[in-house]
Amino acid sequence: MATFEKIMIANRGEIARRIIRTCRKMGIKTVAVYSEADLEAPYVEEADEAVCIGPAQAKKSYLDIEKIIQAARESEADAIHPGYGFLSENPQLVRRCEEENIVFIGPDALQIERMGSKIEARLHMKQAGVPVVPGWDGKLDRVEDALSIAEQVGYPIMLKASAGGGGIGMQLIHSEADLRKSFASTMQRASSSFGDGTLFIEKWIENPHHIEVQVACDAYGNAVHLFERECSVQRRNQKIIEETPSPFLDPLTKKRLLETALAGVKHIGYKNVGTMEFIMDEHKNFYFLEMNTRLQVEHPITEETTGIDLVELQIRLAEGEKLPFVQSDIQQTGHSIECRLYAEDPKTFFPSPGTIQELHLPDQDVRLDFAVKQGTKVSPFYDPMIGKIITHASTRELAIEKMKDCLKQVEVHGITTNLLLLEQVMGDRGFIEGNYTTRLVESVWDEGGS
Amino acid sequence: MSDHTVMSPIPGVFYRKPSPDQEDYVKEGQHVNAGDILCLIEVMKNFYEVKAETNGVIERFCVENEDVVDAGQQIAILRVE
Repeated sequence: MATFEKIMIANRGEIARRIIRTCRKMGIKTVAVYSEADLEAPYVEEADEAVCIGPAQAKKSYLDIEKIIQAARESEADAIHPGYGFLSENPQLVRRCEEENIVFIGPDALQIERMGSKIEARLHMKQAGVPVVPGWDGKLDRVEDALSIAEQVGYPIMLKASAGGGGIGMQLIHSEADLRKSFASTMQRASSSFGDGTLFIEKWIENPHHIEVQVACDAYGNAVHLFERECSVQRRNQKIIEETPSPFLDPLTKKRLLETALAGVKHIGYKNVGTMEFIMDEHKNFYFLEMNTRLQVEHPITEETTGIDLVELQIRLAEGEKLPFVQSDIQQTGHSIECRLYAEDPKTFFPSPGTIQELHLPDQDVRLDFAVKQGTKVSPFYDPMIGKIITHASTRELAIEKMKDCLKQVEVHGITTNLLLLEQVMGDRGFIEGNYTTRLVESVWDEGGS
Repeated sequence: MSDHTVMSPIPGVFYRKPSPDQEDYVKEGQHVNAGDILCLIEVMKNFYEVKAETNGVIERFCVENEDVVDAGQQIAILRVE
């Protein structure tokens, strides 16, 4: 069993600040890495040490494995926390860490590889008895193969990149003509985005819900779930608002979903913290979509309702400790909602980099995980998310009311944000009734006016 | 004949080709029509297509592939015939 004295965070922004907070609580020193564009970012100042790893473009800094390894070696860090995005699901980094005797805070390379290939992940989950979206995992080299499979599955279908994920690398196909037109270009895009042009087919599920299950596993065969998160409020297949518990689940379906997720991770012998993502149709049939072998952006709502610090749990599990609790110790208390504040237009989603001239945030009864402060420059090189607003209350109604109050107090000058969209969703009848799907954001402006 | 300056409407990373293993959208000396894509600017994980405003010949590009550009920065010179 290891005890870490110093952890390097191979990430930036709000998640770097979040990890620093827990490390400080645990008495662990932190090393931040930063690109030239992030020199003045708040997380760089908050870490005990900071190392510049190159120019602004992520490819030349945050995505450069050798620069990350070099920074960890030079700062003599015991472990690397990868955060989310960037290299967090890159098995090459995990292997390089092993070679350098640095602990990677996450699962091992093989598990990341298995879940990183969507086709392989589907096969493992089928073996575990976890339902997957009806479709085809075999070879799809030629459009003729795809056409005959699509005929069996039935249109509309989703044509997906096996190496894709997180809503990227997929194409909705309505007809044979559509498939003929899109097959080669989807393959080409998969090849250039992920270095792997392998495609597979899934049946398109109309008006779906995205519900995920947080899990944690140790190296001794113990596994627990930390309940679900409802993530159906999305734009461009990416999440904007998450809540837990899900208002869509009845107790029986919820129990089945949580048990199924656990069976899946136990089958692959998963280690550390992870998330099983499911898609659910209107009849409450659920299917495995993908597994994220890392911390999620929306992890705070689980922390608020369970009282468990997931970053601390990741660190302890990476140190080789056993899970500090059993399933019956973990209780879900009250209701929590997270809103993601993006530097983008609330209607067109067009990005809005620039300097935050003024920033006013609520300061009572709210959790704020923010990347920026007043005066911070929001650079054009990375994700547009600038912060997360998280409320927790005894009921869903109260959590929504609190969120409305908080959003009213948020003021950002100097850049455009999606604040209006967040307020619009909080006031939307479908959202308030808890009866919404991934189509909510498309309809929210039509109904609400403004 | 006159020169028309193509400027980046947004800050970001400049690309001359749709993806690393594909050809440039346009070469120096090539004729383009209004509406043709000249390059991409990547801003916050989104790709913005910069298009020719008029017909003309690309005289030169002022920045290198994958360079960082500012909003309003000159990125190409288009010779209008």
